[in-house]
Amino acid sequence: MREESFLRDKLLPVGTVVALLIVIWYVAAVFLNAPFERDTAARAGTEIGFSEIVHNTMAQERPVLPAPHQVIAEIWDTTFNKPITSKRSLVYHAWITLSATLLGFGIGAVLGILLAIGIVHNRAMDRSLMPWVIASQTIPILAVAPMIIVVLNAIGISGLLPKALISTYLSFFPVVVGMVKGLRSPEVIQLDLMHTYNASKAQTFWKLRWPSSMPYLFTSLKVAVAISLVGAIVGELPTGAVAGLGARLLAGSYYGQTVQIWSALFMAAALAAVLVMIVGFAHTAVLKRMGAKP
Amino acid sequence: MNLPILMAAIVFWLAAWAFNEWLVRQRFESDAANSAARFAVPLLFGITLLVLWEGIVRGFSVPSVLLPAPSMIWQRLISSVPTLMADFRQTFLKAVLTGYALGCGLGFVVAILIDRSPFLQKGLLPLGNFVSALPVIGVAPIMVMWFGFDWQSKVAVVVIMTFFPMLVNTIAGLAASSHMERDLMQTYAASWWQTLIKLRLPAAWPFIFNALKINSTLALIGAIVAEFFGTPIVGMGFRISTEVGRMNVDMVWAEIAVAAVAGSAFYGVVALIERAVTFWHPSIRGGRA
Repeated sequence: MREESFLRDKLLPVGTVVALLIVIWYVAAVFLNAPFERDTAARAGTEIGFSEIVHNTMAQERPVLPAPHQVIAEIWDTTFNKPITSKRSLVYHAWITLSATLLGFGIGAVLGILLAIGIVHNRAMDRSLMPWVIASQTIPILAVAPMIIVVLNAIGISGLLPKALISTYLSFFPVVVGMVKGLRSPEVIQLDLMHTYNASKAQTFWKLRWPSSMPYLFTSLKVAVAISLVGAIVGELPTGAVAGLGARLLAGSYYGQTVQIWSALFMAAALAAVLVMIVGFAHTAVLKRMGAKP
Repeated sequence: MNLPILMAAIVFWLAAWAFNEWLVRQRFESDAANSAARFAVPLLFGITLLVLWEGIVRGFSVPSVLLPAPSMIWQRLISSVPTLMADFRQTFLKAVLTGYALGCGLGFVVAILIDRSPFLQKGLLPLGNFVSALPVIGVAPIMVMWFGFDWQSKVAVVVIMTFFPMLVNTIAGLAASSHMERDLMQTYAASWWQTLIKLRLPAAWPFIFNALKINSTLALIGAIVAEFFGTPIVGMGFRISTEVGRMNVDMVWAEIAVAAVAGSAFYGVVALIERAVTFWHPSIRGGRA
């Protein structure tokens, strides 16, 4: 086996593919936006050359597909040139979405871990709950999101919590499945050893099951945090598009502000990447603390 | 407050719970009885949930705008079958199935195409993993803008949502066969195609089915959420968002019930096919799905 090199095996291939995608994006932007330019030229009764079309398609007000630099300029503008408290600031909207995401993720993770502990320790819960946990995910909860928000609003719960509950519903599932697997991952031989030590159930849990479930926990937490962001974004759609990244998407689609949609989309992507990375760092830190080999 | 109904529901709940506790500890003589018991436990749990729901709604006289009782939802479901059927056809049969087939097919084909280029694989795999974690659902408004209000735009959303999980899983699956096995194929002088069809695809099935199962739920979610951004006056997402606005909550729940049954059935069909195709896999031979 060759030694892995960061440059040859990571940076170069990924960089090439990304560069290729950007080139494709620019070409697509020219093609998709060209009809509009031709129309305007025809209406004005002038001929328009190819180079002029290319130039114009890069800087349309409401392009069908905005060019990458337009999106980046919009993100830069709404992130750094606006005060954070302003409703035009992307940071403001991202923060609202992020707080709902984190709250939902927190509740979901705790709920998932508790359910998993119950399922592992109680046969009746295992048999009766597990199929329903799986079935609960085949229900398109995101479709129910408007329902939940409206109902909770009606009984006086509004603001952060309804959105967070949707995130919770989505994020508890990967945690349950991962933790059940993780808590059952100690081998029979290890459980037997605990038995010979006359360890109580609680001791077995804290000294054997819990530590050995850590890798599984963090793997599912990564999935859970990504999916709870999706939950928070969709949860913002039916609330009348007041604030948050989901609201930016909806408002953008109402008013044809494509650049705004794309910048909200990129912000959401960056948020997801950062959240997953943080969980990844926590994962390595915990494993190192437990003495795992790097 | 209607105390007797509430009490009856709670008694039923406790009784069902006790029965379940008793049932999981039993070992029956015949296999049939054992598998029936295995089936009965979750079923009883589900029925208990419904009874408890009905009991709480009636017991506390919860206004039906907040939470309708299951019996009310069922009546609504029965009385508006044609509407539900039309929505189901628009959303599920047209958007979900088409998008699912296209997205999964495309992911699979691309994975096979780049199989011969390790360079492209190394470039696409991290990106695919990254995109799988993104809120892809956000492209819905853009797709609605590009492909119009009808089901074509929902197909586009579903294709984008299902493409990356399939791509990543297929690439991982094609790498799943071991060196020994591939060396054996080489000693047989097997061509790339023969190796692919006789060794590597069969080894990849568990991974591919994993993606197919993930995608079956993703597809339904994608189609329904995309309908929030604009749709003709039919479709499950459309019905949900308008009936919420008109406070017809029982209709919303009926639609949700249809979506849940459709989603579960879709998942179940994929899981059944998986059982038939990957019968050799330890997770299926062990009797646990």
